[in-house]
Amino acid sequence: MTDQRDLPELGFLALCRYAWRQLTSMRTALILLMLMGIAAIPGSLIPQRPANPMAVRDFFKVNPELARWYERASLFDVYASPWFSAIYILLFISLIGCVLPRSVEHYKAMLAKPPATPKNLSRLSHYENFATTPDALDRASSWFSKNRFRVRVEENSLSAEKGYLRETGNLLFHLSLILILIGVSFGSLFGMNGYAIVNVGERFINVPTTYDTLSFGKLKGDNSLQPFQIKVDKFLAKYDPKTSAPLDYTAWVTVTDEGKTSKQTIKVNKPLTFGNARVYLQANGYSPVVTVRDANQNVVFQGPVPFLPQDGNLRSIGAIKVPDVQPSIGFVASFVPTNARTTSQGAISIYPELLDPKLLFSIWEGDLGLDSGVPQSVYKIDTTNLKQIGLGSVKPGDTYNYSGGSITLETVIPWVNLQVVQDPGKSYALIGAILAITGLLTSLYGRRRRIWIRVTDSGIEVAGLAKNSAPGLEVEVSKFVSYVKGEQ
Amino acid sequence: MQTTWAYISNYFVYSAMAVFTFSFIAHAFETAFAVRTPESSDSTAGNLLVKTLDYKRTEKTARIATALMILAFVLLLAGVVARGISAQHVPWGNMYEFSITGALAFTGAYLIALRKYDLRWLGLFVSISVLLTLGTAITLLYRDSSPLVPALKSTWLVIHVIAAIISGGVFLLANVVAGAYLYLDRVEERGARPAWLQRVPSLEVLDQLSYRLVAFVFPLWTFAVIAGAIWAESAWGRYWGWDPKETWAFITWVAYAAYLHARVTVGWRGRRAAWLCIFAGSTFLFNYVYVNVWGTGKHTYSGL
Repeated sequence: MTDQRDLPELGFLALCRYAWRQLTSMRTALILLMLMGIAAIPGSLIPQRPANPMAVRDFFKVNPELARWYERASLFDVYASPWFSAIYILLFISLIGCVLPRSVEHYKAMLAKPPATPKNLSRLSHYENFATTPDALDRASSWFSKNRFRVRVEENSLSAEKGYLRETGNLLFHLSLILILIGVSFGSLFGMNGYAIVNVGERFINVPTTYDTLSFGKLKGDNSLQPFQIKVDKFLAKYDPKTSAPLDYTAWVTVTDEGKTSKQTIKVNKPLTFGNARVYLQANGYSPVVTVRDANQNVVFQGPVPFLPQDGNLRSIGAIKVPDVQPSIGFVASFVPTNARTTSQGAISIYPELLDPKLLFSIWEGDLGLDSGVPQSVYKIDTTNLKQIGLGSVKPGDTYNYSGGSITLETVIPWVNLQVVQDPGKSYALIGAILAITGLLTSLYGRRRRIWIRVTDSGIEVAGLAKNSAPGLEVEVSKFVSYVKGEQ
Repeated sequence: MQTTWAYISNYFVYSAMAVFTFSFIAHAFETAFAVRTPESSDSTAGNLLVKTLDYKRTEKTARIATALMILAFVLLLAGVVARGISAQHVPWGNMYEFSITGALAFTGAYLIALRKYDLRWLGLFVSISVLLTLGTAITLLYRDSSPLVPALKSTWLVIHVIAAIISGGVFLLANVVAGAYLYLDRVEERGARPAWLQRVPSLEVLDQLSYRLVAFVFPLWTFAVIAGAIWAESAWGRYWGWDPKETWAFITWVAYAAYLHARVTVGWRGRRAAWLCIFAGSTFLFNYVYVNVWGTGKHTYSGL
């Protein structure tokens, strides 16, 4: 009876131990690794929200029913989904449970002497036997030490082993994978990532409010941004005249950091570095600089308005919102740097540089909804409750008059999109990656093998054994034998 | 000037294709004419007319086939280099350029392996697959030589892409060997090999060879992925972002890691190992074709 009462408790512990052993077995680690590979597939076939939110929105429009199911399975954000996280966390634990005990074991084995010479050498592969020579064991011993074998000396035999580096490399490789995983999680928990559109001539100050979008790692507070400032002095984009493909982007900036001011440039592939934060040049576009006047010629709005590029020739869309007049005015606009007209699409741009810029707009009047508290896109205006009062276009220097006021396109300036990234884990990941390759090479090209020699009354016996049946031992054993015989 | 080099490159590629065709024909000749049907008086038993292979008869053809392959390799190399000069960057800015460079790497992998192993039986396959690749490249994927977009202007382009291309060439070679294994395995199940297959090494050798190729190139592939990550950090602001290309590179890596584990620690050999090898190789091919042609993401540049 007592046994029965004890059983559940014992059972639970045993179950835990059983589960742990299962989880940390190599088989489970391998299955988890494969599973992670398979789990990564949907994210490459289905549009992902972090990379391409527009495509996800389109998917919802085209296929709403399927999209809802995808959403439930987190298929629009696979790599942050609970099930993907579950797989890699399990893999992480399994890897640790698998590799750490093996490392300890290997460390002990490295300190210990090779195992004793087996009784029956003739059963092993690479067995040879020949007549005794006087100083056989001495010669064998010197060959072993010359070839850096570790040797266990016994009464009438030597047991030698070499190639621990293979397992060392193997363990180093797997330990480095753990380091990479630590680096990745560290970076995502304590990092930050933000984008800001900055007009040429304007200054970017690294505080949360200047960002257009900003996200922090789960464990990072938002008060720890580095206090640097970047003023964009000039931006130049070069394009291939034949294909409009970009050739080069360069931004010249004035950087203020810790009281020091310096001139620098940012290019694609050449970010700026501030401690562990880096600033990247990610995108560019145009900001028309406009002045809007009311009927009495008073300026009611003036300044650059960033427009959002839609294609490779930088046809851009945007919105100019003028809330400070009664009633409010909004311009739903598009901007083309090099104007051309097609009958099917209306105004298009045929080159991304400012060769023949033109601002086209429709003018709307009514409540723009800026005070409604609903977040709004700065590039769009919801015109459902507005009344259209005009339709026009202007080139730089032109003014367009409408009932109730006028709009002037003063000039056009470029803007750049700066990305600020802080990833405190990336150096760990890099070190992990370098160590992983080192470990991999050592483990793939290292060979672990043992050679034994025993002197008996009837002669000398030699045998060898290669782990993982690595090739080349035969040659090594025959070299050893000829050395022992005194042939070389 | 640049256009001239592009034309020169095209001529070289076309010439290489012609020579690959001749090499293919020579390989086919070799295999076909080495088969020797014994005359009826030869067979003392009277009823067994076993066809055998007599390579002494075709040794000359075999040498010509290999020599043609080397010549084609040199021509293709010249084509790739001229393409690089015309575009003024390393010739892997779009899929046409990847394809010709990949074909070069594949031929190179074969020729290098040939020095160590007797792989001439593979020549037939290598020449036809390179021909198909070049044909597809020049008809479907051809793009005018053009400068690089800013994100590609980096030393890492050379390091990352060359590591990836070499890995790809060797992975595919391993796949071919694994495929040959599976085919021969089936053939041998039904009985003795037909004469024209006697040249191909034994199953054990094929099995071991595909493993060696993978084990040799796996660290290089790992390096290619890591070099890509380092580059991505400076170009895109993150070292890993699950871009489709990155995702599939990871999947390929996982598949080959599983293959190596299956062989080394679990002791898989033969049929199962060959299938796993082919599966892993096809994830690489999928990455190459799907992500470049239909995929989205940061690895799609300039049309193709």
